[in-house]
Amino acid sequence: MADYILEMKNIEKVFPGVKALDNVNFSVKRGEIHCLVGENGAGKSTLMKVLSGVYPHGTYSGDIIYNGEVQQFKGIADSEAVGIAIIYQELALIPELTVYENVFFGHEVTSGHKVDWNETIVRAKKELEKVGLGHIDPSVKVKNLGVGQQQLVEIAKALSKNVKLLILDEPTSSLNEDDSQNLLKLLRELQQQGVTSIMISHKLKEITAIADTVTVLRDGSTICSMDAHAQTITEDEIIQHMVGRKIDNIYPKRAPHEFGDVVLEIKDWTVEDPGRGNREILHHVNMNVRKGEIVGLQGLMGAGRTELALSLFGNPRKYRITSGELVMEGKTHRFKNPAEAIKNGLAYVTEDRKGDGLILIQDIRYNTTLANLEELVSGLAIDANKEINIANEYKQSINIKAPSVEQKVGNLSGGNQQKVQLAKWMFVEPNVLILDEPTRGIDVGAKLEIYTLMNRLVEEGMSIIMISSELPEVLGMSDRLYIMSEGTITGELDAADASEEKVMALAVKS
Amino acid sequence: MGEEKKVGLGREIGGILKSNIRGYMMYIALLVIMLFFNIRTGGLFLTAGNITNLINQAGYVAVLAIGMTIVLIIVQIDLSVGFVAGFCGAIAAILMTQHGWSEWLAIPAVMLLGLLIGTYQGFIITKFNVPAFVTTLAGMFIFRGLLSLSLQKTGTIVIPNKGFNALSNGTIPDPTENHLITILIGVIGIVLVFISLIKARKNKQKYNFKVPSLPIFIAELVFIAAVVMAIVCLLASYNGLPWTAVIVGVILIIYNYMLNKTKLGRYIYGVGGNAQAAELSGVNVKKVKMFAFMSMGLLASIAGILFTSRLQSATPTAGTAFEMDAIASAYIGGTAVSGGIGKVTNTIIGTLVIMSLTNGMNLMGVDISYQYVVKGIIFIIAVAFDVRSRVASK
Repeated sequence: MADYILEMKNIEKVFPGVKALDNVNFSVKRGEIHCLVGENGAGKSTLMKVLSGVYPHGTYSGDIIYNGEVQQFKGIADSEAVGIAIIYQELALIPELTVYENVFFGHEVTSGHKVDWNETIVRAKKELEKVGLGHIDPSVKVKNLGVGQQQLVEIAKALSKNVKLLILDEPTSSLNEDDSQNLLKLLRELQQQGVTSIMISHKLKEITAIADTVTVLRDGSTICSMDAHAQTITEDEIIQHMVGRKIDNIYPKRAPHEFGDVVLEIKDWTVEDPGRGNREILHHVNMNVRKGEIVGLQGLMGAGRTELALSLFGNPRKYRITSGELVMEGKTHRFKNPAEAIKNGLAYVTEDRKGDGLILIQDIRYNTTLANLEELVSGLAIDANKEINIANEYKQSINIKAPSVEQKVGNLSGGNQQKVQLAKWMFVEPNVLILDEPTRGIDVGAKLEIYTLMNRLVEEGMSIIMISSELPEVLGMSDRLYIMSEGTITGELDAADASEEKVMALAVKS
Repeated sequence: MGEEKKVGLGREIGGILKSNIRGYMMYIALLVIMLFFNIRTGGLFLTAGNITNLINQAGYVAVLAIGMTIVLIIVQIDLSVGFVAGFCGAIAAILMTQHGWSEWLAIPAVMLLGLLIGTYQGFIITKFNVPAFVTTLAGMFIFRGLLSLSLQKTGTIVIPNKGFNALSNGTIPDPTENHLITILIGVIGIVLVFISLIKARKNKQKYNFKVPSLPIFIAELVFIAAVVMAIVCLLASYNGLPWTAVIVGVILIIYNYMLNKTKLGRYIYGVGGNAQAAELSGVNVKKVKMFAFMSMGLLASIAGILFTSRLQSATPTAGTAFEMDAIASAYIGGTAVSGGIGKVTNTIIGTLVIMSLTNGMNLMGVDISYQYVVKGIIFIIAVAFDVRSRVASK
């Protein structure tokens, strides 16, 4: 009988309308490096949030057994107290504070009522040595370190809390090759010292190199757990487990039709993000879209798909576009703002409908017409009758379920909110519509309605770029697809030749 | 329809009260405050003379509060409005007394000055991304300094121009006995409001939107008519309609129209409700911000003119704490602290609440120090209540 540090049994977690975790069993042996893989939305992060107490006891069902005892964490503080630490992709350090302040932030070294800074520095140095940062000055500000070193500081912070079980959520996703290798080496060293690690990762090469056990999650369930010491785990094998789902035939067929000319073409599009130290986030992207076509843009989280869309759509996040051109209808553009992009026939439906898509405190009518009020203005004023008619028309034609168009959008369900977003952009009548995760977080019925609507739009001559992490959806809906990984287009496939395995292999390619 | 009719009138009234409690609260507060002061001053508060006085006193705050409502809806703030108003008033006085300009020239010139000041602040905020709080705090320093600088040699300037001083002291010309023109304007106003309300109701019915039942609607109309007529008759029994009421009324109508009917108004609510979403919908967020501060500058200059006219002189202390009254008016009038919600018509009610407090406490001879404390307490209660009821309705 193996010695398990952690066993999660029959974990079930339900969000309104979605079952995020369905009977998940997950066991981690003491002292191993355990890799957790799965597509976006497979439930990895949710599972780790259940484990660390972000979703407290009572909001899920099932048992967490840690060190042989059933745990009922009420919050992160509880899980930290027993030695579980989680390090997120987005680092939780405070850039303006020094390294030593960060390492002991939240559990300061005190003598009496005062913080003992000398002792803090001495201890911080010790922890830093453990993670291979013995050479840096602990009084340097965290913002002056590279991303790789910042990650190590996070681990030092975890170690200072006497961590027994370290969880890393895609730790290498923002690191370069050297830093990644460094981190993996460190995980092995920590293993020698008795620290157990759970690593969530998309990078299969790293996983096969380092994992003692690999567990695959898919659609909120455990698919399999593979022991690397009992068998050789190959990347292909992992991919098959990640995707091996029977394709539901819920994707409505389009009448076969010829595609027209290329309506949008991107050449050599390269973008840096000043907010992340001028890191290049898109590398020489080339792609094109023809009239009446649905082009899928697949990739895992962080592949740069949303960044690509936004940098084309008037660049509201102020990335630095260092090279490349965007051609629409024979003209080269570099849109100054979304308004200009909209005027020139490009529209973007955001993935975060509540965050930056809809004005939740306003009603359906308001949101439907916001992007195209010119159409409604007669003289100075907005023609209220015309506006209501238009809102009603869309409400009916795409079946927005609400008592009236005066209903506040914030009170609608996710699916209906998404339909309001679509109504808004249909009213603009763009040539090219970028849909970013159009079916995220909505139920199957509403999904089907959105697919049907997409078909109607392309049959009417619109072109759609569909960004989606859901493989079956991309395969089911696209005529052609591009696959992105780490800011690069790693492949282009015709829908007819595409398979889940092929796409996934390209999406994890680095 | 038949089903709905069966719902009792009482229940409908209850429902309306419940869902609009926030909206009605400020009317109730205003009523309570007015009655309280009327009793405590032995009926002095609700005399024709004092109501005329109240309107003249409240004018400059109302104008500032209208501009402030726009600024607050887009989740910005303008702390400089008081001293901008004071400075603009001083410049008007200087132009008229030292340079011999007529009020017809001085007033537009000063309005232009206000617009320029607003443009400068808007520019700093949108181009250099300096937060409005900081930019306008700096403005507070700057225009306070410029105000005292401009009056340094002369001290307080007394303004002899009768026309200018009439703006906040005089009433509309009314040769008829008993000020019939004032009453006529009131009647016309009521008719216009009735027409627009009836039209709006018919329109809503056309699209099967929810409307209050007919008896309730009629009660609303009767109530509005009664209140307006009472005020108008009261004013007519004294000197007639004050010019200040006319000026504030015109500004109110323009801003109300802009917010409710025009594209710009939509964009203002959009930027306040969710600036990122508005930007991704093609709204030029910076332009909207720029407009808000330019309009605030312009209205601050008008407020300065009204205040200077009220005192019939420009003083170095003019403008002190104006921004407090303006911001409080907008919030008491239901502008959401989190932005995106607010109505200039309700802001006027907020102004009346604040200025009734000032006026009533003055009548009672309450020390100014206590007045600030009382206003502050009413203000914080109003906002806390507002925030709570908004959270509850979510």
